[in-house]
Amino acid sequence: MSLPPLVEPAAELTVDEVRRYSRHLIIPDVGMAGQKRLKNAKVLCVGAGGLGSPALMYLAAAGVGTLGIVDFDIVDESNLQRQIIHGQSDVGRLKAESAAATVREINPLVHVVIHNVALTTDNVMDIFAGYDLIVDGTDNFATRYMVNDAAVLLGKPYVWGSIYRFDGQASVFWAEHGPCYRCLYPEPPPPGMVPSCAEGGVLGVLCASIGSIQVNEAIKVLTGIGDPLVGRLMIYDALEMKYRDVKVRKDPECVLCGKNPTVTQLLEDYEAFCGTISDEAAQAALGATITAAELKQMQDQGENIYLIDVREQNEFEIVRIPGSVLIPKGEFLSGAALEKLPQNKRIVLHCKSGARSAEVLAVLKSAGFADAVHVGGGVLSWIKTIDPALPTY
Amino acid sequence: MSVSVRIPTILRTYTGGAAEVAGEGGTLREVLAKLDADFPGIGARILDESGKIRRFVNVYVGEEDVRFSAGLDTSTPEGAQISVIPAVAGG
Repeated sequence: MSLPPLVEPAAELTVDEVRRYSRHLIIPDVGMAGQKRLKNAKVLCVGAGGLGSPALMYLAAAGVGTLGIVDFDIVDESNLQRQIIHGQSDVGRLKAESAAATVREINPLVHVVIHNVALTTDNVMDIFAGYDLIVDGTDNFATRYMVNDAAVLLGKPYVWGSIYRFDGQASVFWAEHGPCYRCLYPEPPPPGMVPSCAEGGVLGVLCASIGSIQVNEAIKVLTGIGDPLVGRLMIYDALEMKYRDVKVRKDPECVLCGKNPTVTQLLEDYEAFCGTISDEAAQAALGATITAAELKQMQDQGENIYLIDVREQNEFEIVRIPGSVLIPKGEFLSGAALEKLPQNKRIVLHCKSGARSAEVLAVLKSAGFADAVHVGGGVLSWIKTIDPALPTY
Repeated sequence: MSVSVRIPTILRTYTGGAAEVAGEGGTLREVLAKLDADFPGIGARILDESGKIRRFVNVYVGEEDVRFSAGLDTSTPEGAQISVIPAVAGG
């Protein structure tokens, strides 16, 4: 399905611009008209992380006239394995600032707008309103549903991409012409069921595979060339090196873009909609969360505890709290771990940052381990407060 | 009917890392039941407690999302490719 161009062409290209974009200009499908549309285009990239890095760099190089960057985070060393818009000297710097500097270096003709804020229900509509098209490079379900809802309510197309380990997905959601994200995935997974990249990992170069698809589709939508990925989901398997696409239908029952929408404005709380941890876990953690310092104290005083690391083997090999035993979360959920546990010791759980251990804590509490506790902030908190010499990830 | 089932990375812990496994059944319901018998636990990641396909998982027979056809009763002809595609949010 081809669609009309999203953006009107700018009046003209300067001599400098003609020189810079000559390899585009000699492609018949792009030509002067297409390049002038890119010049006039205003594109917002939500997130200057794994997907946002290649997306922003190629959008800048392609000559998109105005590029907005939303990110509130700062560059961390663990970002550099994939977030190629940032470099070693950017560690500790605001991601939006660091990304903007790279964009300016690639193409000084681009007007960069820095939104150094967390996207929230209070600002998302105002920020989106100034752009023609949104590129979604966020890393969590709550923001993704908010981006979708805001884009649909404002009638804007957005190019979506998502990655995990070796798998990538991409699509163009544009309710006027096809389905939205809620048509594809009506509800987010319950917390704990789908790990994030911080928990499960991601192959760095996968970001480029999916981010470049997003830019490819953004350029097509802006200039009106080719068949954009509207109503189709591209699925990439990096291990098998296979791309496949499947149809995505517009759901007539969609609560947002269906025939009788019930969601007619932004939700009040997307975190609550997606749940950072389940109600059971939150309940279990209440009054049963200790700090890393308290754990250290328990160990130093020789308290009778059994410290269980509920992360995965690979994570355990990167860094561990001394004295911990590895029993991955999955073994608790299947019930297999319960018989391994000593009855005469107090169980102390930990994971990377405290979410998974809270889920396991809920399982243990309901299995009768009433005095079990978990370490808030997990091994990361241990490293920060007890042993900063250990590696973080 | 012999079919093939594509397993996403996130569920490959159940299939010993296999990306594609052989399946059997005349309907999607039968194929998923057989899949869970072969790889215990995987069924619960695709179906909820009431036996419906989870809302954040899409199952395709060929190129078609079964949510828009006959759901679990969608027929799975000989040689059909079934794909399980869960929502992921990484970026």
